[in-house]
Amino acid sequence: MCLAIPGRIVEIVEDLPQLAMVEVAGVRRQVNVDLLRDEPLGPGDWVLIHVGFAMSRISEAGAQEQMRMLEMLGEDEQAMQEIQGYGFGQAEH
Amino acid sequence: MRYVDEFRDPKLIRQAAAEIRRLARPDRHYRVMEVCGGHTHAIYRFGLEGLLPGNLELIHGPGCPVCVLPMGRTDDGLAIAELPGVIFTAFGDVMRVPGTKGSPLEHKARGAEIRMVYSPLDALKLAQAHPDRHVVFFAIGFETTAPSTALTLLRARQLGVANFSVFCNHVTIIPAIRAILDSPGMRLDAFVGPGHVSTVIGCRPYEFIAEDFGKPIVVSGFEPLDILQSLVMILRQLADGRAEVENQYARVVPWEGNLPALRALEEVFELRPYFEWRGLGFISQSALKLRDAFAEWDAERRFTVPGIRVTDPKAAQCGEVLKGVLKPPQCKLFGRECTPERPVGALMVSSEGACAAYYHYVHRAAAAASLER
Amino acid sequence: MKTASEQAALAALAAPETEAAASGVRFKDPRIEMAHGAGGKASRRLIEGLFAPLLLRGRLAAPLADAAHLEVDGARIALTADAFVVRPLRFPGGSIGELAVNGTVNDLAVSAARPLALLVTFVIEEGIASGTLEAEVWAMAEAARRAGVEVVGGDTKVVEHGKADGMYITTAGVGRVDPRVRCAASEVRAGDQVLLSGPIGDHGITILLARGDLELEADLRSDTRSVYPMVERLLAAAPDGVRWMRDPTRGGVATALNELARDSRLGIALCEEEIPVRDAVRGACELLGLDPLHIANEGQFLAVVAPEHAAAALAAVRSAPGGEEAVIIGEVRAEPARSVLAAASYGGTRIVDMLVGDPLPRIC
Repeated sequence: MCLAIPGRIVEIVEDLPQLAMVEVAGVRRQVNVDLLRDEPLGPGDWVLIHVGFAMSRISEAGAQEQMRMLEMLGEDEQAMQEIQGYGFGQAEH
Repeated sequence: MRYVDEFRDPKLIRQAAAEIRRLARPDRHYRVMEVCGGHTHAIYRFGLEGLLPGNLELIHGPGCPVCVLPMGRTDDGLAIAELPGVIFTAFGDVMRVPGTKGSPLEHKARGAEIRMVYSPLDALKLAQAHPDRHVVFFAIGFETTAPSTALTLLRARQLGVANFSVFCNHVTIIPAIRAILDSPGMRLDAFVGPGHVSTVIGCRPYEFIAEDFGKPIVVSGFEPLDILQSLVMILRQLADGRAEVENQYARVVPWEGNLPALRALEEVFELRPYFEWRGLGFISQSALKLRDAFAEWDAERRFTVPGIRVTDPKAAQCGEVLKGVLKPPQCKLFGRECTPERPVGALMVSSEGACAAYYHYVHRAAAAASLER
Repeated sequence: MKTASEQAALAALAAPETEAAASGVRFKDPRIEMAHGAGGKASRRLIEGLFAPLLLRGRLAAPLADAAHLEVDGARIALTADAFVVRPLRFPGGSIGELAVNGTVNDLAVSAARPLALLVTFVIEEGIASGTLEAEVWAMAEAARRAGVEVVGGDTKVVEHGKADGMYITTAGVGRVDPRVRCAASEVRAGDQVLLSGPIGDHGITILLARGDLELEADLRSDTRSVYPMVERLLAAAPDGVRWMRDPTRGGVATALNELARDSRLGIALCEEEIPVRDAVRGACELLGLDPLHIANEGQFLAVVAPEHAAAALAAVRSAPGGEEAVIIGEVRAEPARSVLAAASYGGTRIVDMLVGDPLPRIC
């Protein structure tokens, strides 16, 4: 609902385990990671940041899967156009 | 920027838009509500509406936590801000929202100590740095933001910070969606579901929309490709005759939500019996207040607020815009008496308000023309 | 029946209003707010509604520009004035002193004038360390040397502790206008190209971060510098082709171009992807919900150039030291008039509005 941005964990602040230094395109801020305490979090992990708190871990696999689905959108369309070009298969509109 | 730029790929955007145009049957008029103000803002910031076919109409929902607060609550907050010794803190979004005697910025110009913060933790730090003053944090937001307030209060208690309190105006999204679905005369085919609220509450709470009302809902991210992909998923459901909850934003939203966040909410907050929403009226169990255990950090208990109900000016049609009955340019005051500089209602100055999105990103002539379709 | 003195009192009360109406004063805001100094719509209302009608009577017909032009014995002289209020006084990339010199020089440069001399006034807060003042004077001397201008005089005042945020600096600058060049909004035509000298947002974001309230850190510096070397090459390459110039300070590129669109009654179409923004500025803007087009710059300029001169103009600016990242970001169109639009390469279009108020980070 509100503004939340993906950022990369640069380091966990040592003596305060609920704080991490997170980086977004070169801008760094300390972020509270208490909401993600149930999962192991370390430098290199990507999290969604909102008002100074990490809300969720970003899944690289999830993102890649999504990109694959998006790329396939075009492929279906291209395949469809090819078939229509041959004159068989039904026109969709 | 990683996890942002990939989802703004121009080639993939064009492909997704083409797929939407292919899926939208020319003999149907689709009405899809995006619940969340952040989605409204993204749609117009990225010029996505222009890529959609004319028979796919986007209805803007009430998911703007600042917009749905009645003016009386802003007045209550400002009454606290005017008290001697108080430093009143709030997010940037709140600063221009009109109260009866002006916005927080205007009160600040007249001498009230009002400061903008990026995080409630910054407000707590301010309290620790100024032991001789009392710092109040104006807490707004849906379930995305409420856990941050909860954790801040837990920290305040843990540290024993006594000169800090929260003026709590958190609201919950499900009752708002239910109120929309229950509105007589509201005809909707599907929902683009809130993305960031769902990182906290998960996707299960939306099941009633599909099961009881038979409408598809796709929980969506905020980048152009996220929104377009969600619309593709919605159109596919409608074409198949399905009504399901789907999670387009799976890279970020866990189906079960965030357990530590939900536990923090449970520990710190309880539901108010009812709360007034601009546009939707009084809704029961739709807003949060601090539990008794946190009474000493509850600004409403530490201070007396006027608590006066203030109705919007008669000519303003904020409520109808919030419900999706009117589009912003259809409000008689839009762009004339009501502008971001001289707002009549919060929708024109909140960064998630539909009116602000139209005013800032949509060409007035184009907006007027598209309404004639 | 009113007494003579009552009538006189009533007449005296009525007079200011009728005087105001007659003079053209139409500034109705009841109180001055931060927005009035931010460079956007409110600033414009103040200048056009109060200052212009009373102080710029002879020049009401001419649209407001960065500098005033005077004819003196056949030579065109540009005169400009500026005030510098910045907190903190020192920040990555510069300080208030450098801003004062470069800012004034730039106002002259974008008026197509060779900067010649500056006057500088200091308003200093009682109690600041002499070392602080000395550092600024050194910085100004160095900036003036780099910019090739002389500081020829000025004034100093000291105010009580608690005022002036350390120090305020005001300047006046004078330069000689290039006689070959005619730069004004009225010269701009549909088809003209919009040139931007380099990445935007560096200064404003650096200041925002330097204040420390947001606890963000980044490797960013203010871009404060004289743009005259780039302007000089541009004017040498295309003296007939430069239609309009502006340095996009407070209010950013969006405000400068909206003012052009308004003054010229034309439209401007920008290509979103062409607008250069450094990663860190982009990251900070995304985090805070700000638009780089609204953020102040202190070392960039915009030029509108006739299409047949655009290639030469771009090459000229790029050949200047510091101008390597110059780019054409859009063009002037007849429609939609008085608007600035930005289009993304996938076809999405949005309007780019003038800044409203102070840019407040958006959170929720």
